Amino acid sequence: MGEWSFALAYLAAGLGAGLVTLGAAVGIGRIAGQAMDGTARQPEAGGDIRTTMIIAAAMIEGVALFGAVICFLLAGIK
Amino acid sequence: MISETTAAAADSLAEHEETIGVWIQHHLQNSPEWHPFPGVHIHLPHFSSFNFLGMNIDLSITNHVVMLWFASFILLTMFWLSFRRIKKVPTGFANALESLVIFIRDDIAIANMGEKEGKRFTPYLVTAFFFVLISNMMGLIPIFTTSTGNINVTLGLAAVTFFSTQYFGVKEQGLIGYYKNLVPHGVPLLLWPLMFVIELMGLIAKHVALTIRLFANMTAGHIVLFAFLGLIIMFKSFYVAPVSIGFGIFVYFLEMLVALIQAYIFTVLSSLFIGMSVNPEH
Repeated sequence: MGEWSFALAYLAAGLGAGLVTLGAAVGIGRIAGQAMDGTARQPEAGGDIRTTMIIAAAMIEGVALFGAVICFLLAGIK
Repeated sequence: MISETTAAAADSLAEHEETIGVWIQHHLQNSPEWHPFPGVHIHLPHFSSFNFLGMNIDLSITNHVVMLWFASFILLTMFWLSFRRIKKVPTGFANALESLVIFIRDDIAIANMGEKEGKRFTPYLVTAFFFVLISNMMGLIPIFTTSTGNINVTLGLAAVTFFSTQYFGVKEQGLIGYYKNLVPHGVPLLLWPLMFVIELMGLIAKHVALTIRLFANMTAGHIVLFAFLGLIIMFKSFYVAPVSIGFGIFVYFLEMLVALIQAYIFTVLSSLFIGMSVNPEH
């Protein structure tokens, strides 16, 4: 287990980074899709919808980057 | 001859450090010297750490500290030069700055905090927005590095927001009233202690999220950019360069957009938190 622990940590960092990206992409993709639906229904609300979409996308990206920070920490183990 | 130079550069890299990962980290970390141009190394003064309340505090000047000074200097100079002569209708650069300040006052501060409180907190929000924006943009210029890529800097900025929420919340609602109002109305008495603990943790978690969001966005963007440029060194060949630089330019423009958006998000969330603590919703 001694030699394997670093290998497993690096593997976990890589897998974790992929999963985090997957989660963020699914979340932000859904938001952008609904935003486009909403703008298509009511073009006058386009500005408000765009602002809310950007705020929500930045929140989701923030949560995804929590996971990414943990992957950085795992990948930096010596 | 060119491929020999590239191979020589890559080998010298392999002598000093081990991997591309270390090369990337070296460029992003806080370091006691600043090298603005390829040959110029400026060693910054190092003060020995002193003991304060059991913590070792190290106040030596590093390159992120120098970047903080530059950002404040640029911010102050920008506003001072634009508004030296106050006219009724500003022109030029002052016009752009004033439209941004009005945007922050109307669409961020007053929309989230109400009329009276919005005008009161606009100076802090404008400062936060411009400081984060300038610091983020400075990381994209070759001479400077991103000071907001250091978690201590973003923790400091989020701590200002945190202490403002606590201080102004207590001032507005009284010490007991503020903490009692954390838990929403209409929660049965049995659940109240649990909800109180959850709300307290939520308070800390929201501000920690503010810290990590800004830090991780800046650092991750720069890591991607350096990784693309590091491909040239890793393959030790000149032919990777067009692909690498092409992707690098794309990521660079994405970074500019992310810098703007992150400054905006920091300001919006700060105004939301301060607004929630000063006007509790019923």
